Amino acid sequence: MKSPKILVLRAAGTNCELETANAFAAVGGKPELVHISEIKAGKKRLMDYGVLVIPGGFSYGDDVGAGRVLANQVRHTLTDLRQFVRLGRPVLGICNGFQVLVKAGILPHSNNFDQTASFTVNDSGRFEARWVHLRLNTQSSCLFFAGLPEMVELPVAHAEGKLVVKSPRHLEELKKNKSIALQYVTEDGKLMGYPHNPNGSIFNIAGLTNPEGNVLGLMPHPERFIEIHQHPNWTRQTYRKQAVGLEIFKNAVSHAR
Amino acid sequence: MSPAAAKETARPAVPAPAAAPELGVLTRSVRELRALGDERHLSLSEAEWAAVQARFKTLKREPTLAEIETIAQTWSEHCKHKTFTSPIRLSEGRRTRTIKNLFQETIAAATAAAKKPWCLSVFEDNAGVVAFGRKWALAFKAETHNHPSALEPYGGAETGVGGVIRDVLGCGLGAKPVLNTDVFCFARPDYRGPLPEGALHPSRTMRGVVAGVRDYGNRMGIPTAGGGIWFDDDYRLNPLVFCGTVGLLPAKAVKKEVKPGDLIVVAGGRTGRDGLHGATFSSAVLGDDAPGSAVQIGHAIAEKRVLDALLRARDRSLYRSVTDCGAGGLSSAVGELGADCGARVRLEDVPLKAADLESWEIWLSESQERMVLAVPPKDLKALQAVFAAEGCETAAIGEFTRDGRLRVVHHDEGVVDLDMKFLHKGLPREVRRAEWTPPPPQKASGGAAKRLGEILREAIADANVCSREWVIRQYDHEVQAGTVIKPLQGVRHDGPGDACVIWPHAATGDLEDRAGFSVAHGLNPEYGRLDPYWMAMACVDEALRNLTCVGADPSRAALLDNFCWPSPDDPKQLGALVRAAEGCRDAAKGFRAPFISGKDSLYNESKDEKGRPLPIPGTLLISALAPVPDVRRAVTMDFKGPGNALYLLGRTNDELGGSLCHRLLGRTGGEVPKASPAVTLEGLRSLHAAITKSLVLSAHDLSEGGLAVAAAEMGFSGEFGAVIDLDEIPRDPRIYSNETLLFSESAGRILVEVAPENESAFLRHFGKGAKAAPVRRVGQTTANPILKIVGLDGSTVMEEPLRELKEAWQRTLPAMLA
Repeated sequence: MKSPKILVLRAAGTNCELETANAFAAVGGKPELVHISEIKAGKKRLMDYGVLVIPGGFSYGDDVGAGRVLANQVRHTLTDLRQFVRLGRPVLGICNGFQVLVKAGILPHSNNFDQTASFTVNDSGRFEARWVHLRLNTQSSCLFFAGLPEMVELPVAHAEGKLVVKSPRHLEELKKNKSIALQYVTEDGKLMGYPHNPNGSIFNIAGLTNPEGNVLGLMPHPERFIEIHQHPNWTRQTYRKQAVGLEIFKNAVSHAR
Repeated sequence: MSPAAAKETARPAVPAPAAAPELGVLTRSVRELRALGDERHLSLSEAEWAAVQARFKTLKREPTLAEIETIAQTWSEHCKHKTFTSPIRLSEGRRTRTIKNLFQETIAAATAAAKKPWCLSVFEDNAGVVAFGRKWALAFKAETHNHPSALEPYGGAETGVGGVIRDVLGCGLGAKPVLNTDVFCFARPDYRGPLPEGALHPSRTMRGVVAGVRDYGNRMGIPTAGGGIWFDDDYRLNPLVFCGTVGLLPAKAVKKEVKPGDLIVVAGGRTGRDGLHGATFSSAVLGDDAPGSAVQIGHAIAEKRVLDALLRARDRSLYRSVTDCGAGGLSSAVGELGADCGARVRLEDVPLKAADLESWEIWLSESQERMVLAVPPKDLKALQAVFAAEGCETAAIGEFTRDGRLRVVHHDEGVVDLDMKFLHKGLPREVRRAEWTPPPPQKASGGAAKRLGEILREAIADANVCSREWVIRQYDHEVQAGTVIKPLQGVRHDGPGDACVIWPHAATGDLEDRAGFSVAHGLNPEYGRLDPYWMAMACVDEALRNLTCVGADPSRAALLDNFCWPSPDDPKQLGALVRAAEGCRDAAKGFRAPFISGKDSLYNESKDEKGRPLPIPGTLLISALAPVPDVRRAVTMDFKGPGNALYLLGRTNDELGGSLCHRLLGRTGGEVPKASPAVTLEGLRSLHAAITKSLVLSAHDLSEGGLAVAAAEMGFSGEFGAVIDLDEIPRDPRIYSNETLLFSESAGRILVEVAPENESAFLRHFGKGAKAAPVRRVGQTTANPILKIVGLDGSTVMEEPLRELKEAWQRTLPAMLA
């Protein structure tokens, strides 16, 4: 079977690119680390790849707002991204990559790629790293979630993860379009506040997809859970769960094949 | 290379340096020179001025300002560790002996005696290097950034982290940082006592330091998964900030060399006026005249660009050697790289932040995020392309020569012309005086009696025991996806782990390689107040036990020493320092664990609000690194289930001197814990063997608060209770007190949980005989989350609900910061 080429986008301050690339490699993808300057210089072309992933980090230090500078570069440099999305190729934005997708107007989906949501500082006012319980939206057509259970655990690590939308109408649209890909919940699946919702995101939103389901942006880090020993409770005998992060990458690769 | 540079290369003659006659080095007395130098924060002693004067008298010229600054930086305590390398006359009671070189006779001697073939580079490079499997090596370094963090906590801590990352980046041909570990000593953030004018409140210091470490480490994408905090109000004017980094490098990238003809290339940030006199300033007592320019300004993303570019250039072999630009700036980096051959530098080619920098400022600036490389001329173009692709500036600023001289010019004007030998070997060694009076044996006395349960409640909520979650959660401790054992452990991911375990292969991509490593620390200045020798022993002992508890191999542990001390000009303080260094030597020999790198930060004292000197307690941080052969066998400290056996490894003695229990009861005196390395090492090896066979469910070391605190922590982290029978504890038979058995802080002890079906297999790993480490079943875990203690007379002497203990343990730090 052919290995789809994965474009792992880098910029100054990207810092989860290696583990993200290795997660793709582990499920048969062919990841390539590409600096945005290489695309700008015309040395690499997005359309030559089957999957685009924007990994986590602090692109350009997040100095003027998380992901803002890279989002602008994506708008102006990755001009074929809209076509890439329309063609149904998988696009994954993790943490800072999710922030980039939102600020570049890719998520939430709108016909004109307008920005209708944004991120602000966590309610706690601090950077926080912790594992969270998440409920996947089994109603969405998100291709990354095929075969996954409804309830999963993944780690988050961010300072600006609180998703806000332009107006209540936009939240209703997200619900209607089944674009809310995953939500922060308690262990038994309830929507609750901090620390279960680690940042105060509206409607506990942890990730978004588009109506077609080929774009996924999420604050949690699936690349940090590609094998069981990365889970905080693997040393406890009672803990027996699958490494759900790996499945997300596997689904992207099999879709791109 | 710029045309001007090419011209310079073609013309071998270097103009003679323009003198700075205003200094009058040739004409003034050494006393005048010292006064003049102190105004400029040069921190040179009279004997050192005399050596400089003699040198320039033979050269028959006045030194330039840049030359004086270069010498002062190179000879600073910060760079040369004069106290540790000069002769010391030590009076111990009536006996007096001379130590020729404290470092060589203690730390280095222990490493030489250990003869470990897996030590690939010790004390030479920017970090110590040990083998990690066949293909890889680990570089480990910790250093302090105390003085800057006292003046400006956020910036000081940031640049402390940035600096140690660059040390690892500049180790061998460059190591990829894979773990940050940071230890702090602060006054309590709810300190309400007086402070001198201008001093920052401890709460502000702590918040600033934590934020600085967080922001720099998180932006660099390096997990901060280790560390600790010690609170003692004597740190209120001199907080300690220890920053440590572990780097991963290919085994073949450990060696580096500079060849004459190689270009000197500076890469990364531009050079500005920030951070002048950092090395000399950090080698003096902190006063209210501290120079504002001494604290550098950090920029994590600039350093991330350097990191990304450097490792790419390393993998293409585009340079022959590298070092970081730290204290002393270019003067120190070029001086070190060219120490064995010689170097010539053109300051006009150094990229600047501001055009009006003076020559000596360019040469001495400690602007951050810069590395210096030795690049063969044929590789320059390719190297510059790699850095440019990452948005990172580079400039060739000179070349390495074979004339053994350090020569610096600025626009055809001579700035420095010194021979390397004088610069690096010309420092006069002054004999220092030290005193050590052994403390008279003192029986524990004073204080009030308290119920055992009450002592435990206070101990678990003590500032030095309580949960550090508020800090740890702010660090991205899982970036790079390799933190297989997290700093916070247990059912709810919030228990106090002994150490983290890092599996670096999620980032290398070699997912089949299951080897990892662990880093742990030992620090306890309370013991040092009674006896610095036993403090050092206890620190090594604790670090090694922490490592062993998570599954690291104690036979493969490598150590770092970081001494933070008050002024060594006080013979008593220097005597205590010698004593601590000798403790390090004996611990390293006894545990057969070599030191691979270390640092010292002296003069940590300031004047308090009444003008009296306030020294810090002499503080030693031991950091230990050891491989975990298979991370899938690693262990956490939380109880795993009910009905499991609890074994106590190690002997309990009446050692409450310097203990938390004594502080809580207001008691003084008593015996400080005395480690027995040989016996403990044997026990640690046995435990490690049992862990590698998956015979251990949980393990936790006994430290502050002794057995009671350790058992409570294991219980509330795993949400199971325990019954412990004090009469089963392997102990000094002269102990008749339940309190002593519960709260003694004897070294070498670990509480271990073992499934009933594995007990006999577990015990088979431990030796018998009188010299073997004792291990005995002292109780079992229970479903009911209560810690129940059966006393020596067979009656229940304590029954504490673990949920309440956990709440108390979690409440303290947020309350102190509120």
